[in-house]
Amino acid sequence: MSLLDSSFWEIIKASFAPDIWFRLAPAILETLYMTALSSFIMLVFGLFLGILLTITNPVGLLPMKIIYAVSDWLINCLRSLPQVIMIILMIPVARLIFGKSYGTNACIIAISATCIPMYARMVEGSLLEISKGKIEAAKSVGSTNFQIIFRILLPETLPSLIRGFTVAVITIISMTALAGLFGAGGIGDIAVRFGYQRFQHDVMFASVYVLTAFVQLIQWLGNFISKQILKKRNLI
Amino acid sequence: MLIKCQAKGEKRMTNIKDKLLDRSNVDEYIKISGLYKTFQTKDCSLQVLKGIDLTVRKGEIFGIIGFSGAGKSTLIRCINRLEEPDSGSIKIGGVDILKLSKKELLEKRKKIGMIFQTFNLFEAKNVYRNIAYPLEISGVSKSEIKNRVLKTAELVGLSDKLKAYPGGLSGGQKQRVGIARALITKPDVLLCDEATSALDPKTTLQILDLLKDINKSTGITILMITHELDAIRYSCERMAVLEDAQIIEVGRVRDIFNNPLSRTGSLFARVYTEFQQIPELENGAGI
Repeated sequence: MSLLDSSFWEIIKASFAPDIWFRLAPAILETLYMTALSSFIMLVFGLFLGILLTITNPVGLLPMKIIYAVSDWLINCLRSLPQVIMIILMIPVARLIFGKSYGTNACIIAISATCIPMYARMVEGSLLEISKGKIEAAKSVGSTNFQIIFRILLPETLPSLIRGFTVAVITIISMTALAGLFGAGGIGDIAVRFGYQRFQHDVMFASVYVLTAFVQLIQWLGNFISKQILKKRNLI
Repeated sequence: MLIKCQAKGEKRMTNIKDKLLDRSNVDEYIKISGLYKTFQTKDCSLQVLKGIDLTVRKGEIFGIIGFSGAGKSTLIRCINRLEEPDSGSIKIGGVDILKLSKKELLEKRKKIGMIFQTFNLFEAKNVYRNIAYPLEISGVSKSEIKNRVLKTAELVGLSDKLKAYPGGLSGGQKQRVGIARALITKPDVLLCDEATSALDPKTTLQILDLLKDINKSTGITILMITHELDAIRYSCERMAVLEDAQIIEVGRVRDIFNNPLSRTGSLFARVYTEFQQIPELENGAGI
């Protein structure tokens, strides 16, 4: 049904029809799969890059000018690429790893490549928040740099890291909408193909409900966990 | 044989005489010589330490006083190499800490405790784990850690707060955790960087009493940096005055206080005595 021939209210009523949800169900699973895997890859590589940036910083724990300058510049370059360009750039990479340049897995590569630099910057920001005094205290009792990173830096900034991760995951969800360009499926793909291109606005509305609920849930979860940690530490 | 005995006897007499006349060579635990440190910024360079020479005896409580910006924090941070001086030597128990390799430095740091003005506790860990941290990173067994943490917590009076997090503690309690954490590895030296400057007078007294007790019972050498004259008068036997990046005066607290030779010392003493003349200073009359 389209907004061109039916009224707004009729479309909303129609968007709860069972056959729409039958079509949407596998798409929801595909979106969940893409989001989960992309988030995991982004977490691992983003965390690593963020920690690298923070410690090789000239005023960091282990200043290494060249590594810092190169990483800094590289991340800026990757961040300046629009997602569509990144998708095109990742086509040969996807073909290399998965054998085909389209589909869900190829999409995951493209999304991760776009979001890893973003999350790395967030991690760097969170880690730089820590006060110099805590690091001095850790050094004064004879901690190695490794111990400082994993026993002090990361635990101390955990609430901030979780909040950053929450925002990043939601960005990933919105990026899965571009999955349609890969033939990868997902809710966003349904919304674009059926809702926009075929003018089936009831389908589009249904997709919007699911995406909204999903984003709300993730944001709530992130806020909740972060708040619980701060409460436990008596910092709230 | 007689000659040998005589010779030995003479030697012993000279040794005793030396000890009586020149105490400064005996029990020299921290010896700082010719320390220089300059901070370089783009526009200018700031010389923060100009040839510091200082000796702290084993088991004493030594105070260093100076105005803000005089170089006190930099000096104390050079002692455990949190700051790298440009030149000079710092001998702790005979070992020049500036010449140690990275690994040796980490080991040596476990024998030098430090407490801070802003406490610098690990907010992600509860009190027990804050105190246990220096042992955890040394690979000490869990049962041994528990034993030592409980003992140290009792020493500083925090046995009932072990499960609390630093966020829920008062300033005095936080500093006690800091002291416990610094002392858990049984160090020979305790460095105090303005340890009581953020605390109210009553809590300051409690913390200073605690430090004095610990000094008496364990014989640990304590070096205090502060701008609070009262803290030094209350707890230190000898002191030094740091002014314009140099040590201007060194000596017994009583001597320096009664007859200060430096500008810093005399200003401190003047402010101190003027504050004592309470009737004249009522209602914001000022000095």
